Amino acid sequence: MKRLVILGAGTGGTMMANHLRDKLPQSNWEINIIDERTEHHYQPGYLFLPFDIYIPEDITKPVADFIPNGVRWVNDAIELIDPKEQLIHLGSGDRLHYDILIVATGCRIAPEEVEGMKGAEWQKSVFDFYTFEGALALRNHLRNWKGGRLLVHITEMPIKCPVAPLEFAFLADHYFKEKGMRDQVEIVYVTPLSGAFTKPTAAATLGHLLESKDIKIESDFAIAEVDNERKVIVDYGGRELSFDLLVTVPTNKGSDVIEKSGLGDDLNYIPTNKATLQSKAYSNIFVIGDASDVPTSKAGSVAHFEADILTENIIRFINSEPLQEEFDGHANCFVETGGGKALLIDFNYTHEPVEGTFPFPGVGPLRLLKENRMNHMGKMAFRWIYWNMLLKGTPIPFVSTKMQEAGKNFVQA
Amino acid sequence: MEKIIAGKQIDVTEEGFMTDFGQWDKTVGEALAQESSIQLTPRHWEVIAYLQDQFKQEVPLSIRKIGKSGVLDIKEFYALFPNAPLKTATKIAGIPKPVSCI
Repeated sequence: MKRLVILGAGTGGTMMANHLRDKLPQSNWEINIIDERTEHHYQPGYLFLPFDIYIPEDITKPVADFIPNGVRWVNDAIELIDPKEQLIHLGSGDRLHYDILIVATGCRIAPEEVEGMKGAEWQKSVFDFYTFEGALALRNHLRNWKGGRLLVHITEMPIKCPVAPLEFAFLADHYFKEKGMRDQVEIVYVTPLSGAFTKPTAAATLGHLLESKDIKIESDFAIAEVDNERKVIVDYGGRELSFDLLVTVPTNKGSDVIEKSGLGDDLNYIPTNKATLQSKAYSNIFVIGDASDVPTSKAGSVAHFEADILTENIIRFINSEPLQEEFDGHANCFVETGGGKALLIDFNYTHEPVEGTFPFPGVGPLRLLKENRMNHMGKMAFRWIYWNMLLKGTPIPFVSTKMQEAGKNFVQA
Repeated sequence: MEKIIAGKQIDVTEEGFMTDFGQWDKTVGEALAQESSIQLTPRHWEVIAYLQDQFKQEVPLSIRKIGKSGVLDIKEFYALFPNAPLKTATKIAGIPKPVSCI
């Protein structure tokens, strides 16, 4: 009997458990999935919590509901990975041997990386919305907030879902309009990049969105410090921005256990072959989702497309066949723009998001990089798809693992 | 778009970032630096070589990461390439500026 161990029962790990239990014979392969959490969160829902669009119950379900029969769920902390001995050390003191390991430990916010960020004003006037607790605390704060200067801020790239802060700014604009207090709120989008939109087509087609919603932009801002007393953020060049409310996306890092186990880079991401998803250091370790260092967006949709290719590659690895170099960095995301509208973007390692039709070339029904109500309905429907199809490994009709080039308006080089 | 610099034809974005690193050489780097009003010193070249090396390894660049690299600290990075150091330095190095997904 051989053993495959999956670390982490989030989006990537749960999908892999479901895919592999179908593919690996139970007589030969035991599958274990380890996670200390008992609740599974629909993380895209964190964006909607602060604005009272979702309630906590919409975005949390028991982990156990999504672990298939025939997979052993180990509800324990992961203390250490010993890749030489092929052992996982657990919080209970137990050790678990593996033949194949899939790391799906994700990433987390690390506000402690910036001086003063987790200071006296943390969850008083400085908030994150990339955690359940942060989004909820921000919701409670916003319900009574009297207005002032709101900074929506990104610390540094890469972050999980790079468009979420932009969506936050758009939803905030709408939220304050609905409350009849938009004239008392100044919204400023602060980014370390050269602009809110950094890809040429998106910049050209979407640049007007910020202006039309009266959202100001401060670009090339590399934060050095949060000054809690003066309520300003300071960048390395000495530039200062004052705030009444700072909503920040802190530095994102891989799990601490990756660092402790000596498997990560300086942000605790595991060096991973971007086409096969095999770890570069150990051939029997594979990585899915945010835990890897592959150069694409950190997002659930990436993990979803990775899962199909990783499943194939695990089977090939077991059969001693060469791995398929197939993952193209595909991501597909709905982007909320406020007021009941959204955009849809579809892109990969080599192709930027462009205009076009999706999923059927020339037909749609969804339009890429266009703001409309249908895309918003798609975003809202996606929560159901996530709980009922995506986690269980059910293929989503007409959405291919690799990005399609047909139906997209690429500029011919 | 195309642009002639230091007697060479290069492909650049509208903001002037090179799109084909294969077209970069030191004379192109010199000329790009002049456009940004920067006089390159040996120290600048060390930083440029480091950035290009990170680019080849597909490591995403950030100012804080550069500060932790041991190559130089952030204060020096701002002194060498004032205002928006990462944007200016990547442009001179012939590599893409850091981007998001849209």
